[in-house]
Amino acid sequence: MIRVLVAAEPIDVAAELASVEVDGAGGIASFIGRVRADDGVSTLELEHYPGMTEAALRRVAEGARDRWGLAAVTIVHRVGAILPGERIVFVATAAVHRRAALDACAYCIDRLKTDAPFWKREVTPEGARWVEARAGDAARAADWG
Amino acid sequence: MAIEMLYFAWVREVVGTGSERIDPPAGIETLGALIDWLADRSAAHANAFADRERLRAAIDQSFASPDAPIAGAREIAIFPPVTGG
Repeated sequence: MIRVLVAAEPIDVAAELASVEVDGAGGIASFIGRVRADDGVSTLELEHYPGMTEAALRRVAEGARDRWGLAAVTIVHRVGAILPGERIVFVATAAVHRRAALDACAYCIDRLKTDAPFWKREVTPEGARWVEARAGDAARAADWG
Repeated sequence: MAIEMLYFAWVREVVGTGSERIDPPAGIETLGALIDWLADRSAAHANAFADRERLRAAIDQSFASPDAPIAGAREIAIFPPVTGG
C-alpha cells in the first residue's frame, strides 16, 4: 500500500503511522523532518511543482516498495508557510522485519531530497532568501544507486 | 508547436511570471537551445538564465538535461536545484 500526500495542513503523525500498521508488517520505521529556527528563521515557505511533485514522491515510494518488499509506504510533505518546530516531512515504511523497514525509510528521505521538486524559502528578520541545495544531499541519494 | 513554460522559486521571481506560452521557431531542438532563445526575450529572462549551472529543468514533468530534445514537449519547467525534505 502506497500513500503520498502533499498538503498545506499539519501532519497527523498518529494517523499516518496507524495507516502503515498493515497485516504482515512486523517492523515499522518512520522519519519526521521539522523546521529549525536556525539564523532567526521565523517561517519556512515551501513551493512545489504540482503534479510532478506527487508523481516524483510516488516513484520514490514505489522504488522502496519494490527494492525492500515493503507492505506499506507513506510519504507526506507539507507545502506553504511552516513555522519552526512544525513537521515538514514524514516517511513511514512497513516491512516483515526491521532492517528492511529502516533501510527503506532512509532511502525514501534521501531520494526525496533530490528527486522531488520542492523549494524552501526562509523568512528572517533581515528578509527572505531561497535555500541553496547542498551537494551532500545529492551524494547521499546517489549512494543508494 | 506551442509550449507551456513554468518557472519556480527564484527563477519565477526573476523572470517575473510563473508561466508563459511560447512558440519557439524551428531549429530550436534542445532544452539548452530553448533556454538560449528564451534569454533573448527580455532582460528579466536573461538575468534568470545567466548562470546555467544554477538551473534545473523538467520536460513534461520529468527531469531533463540541456541536451534533451524538446520535440513534442507540451510543458517545460525551469527552476533552481530542489531543496525539499
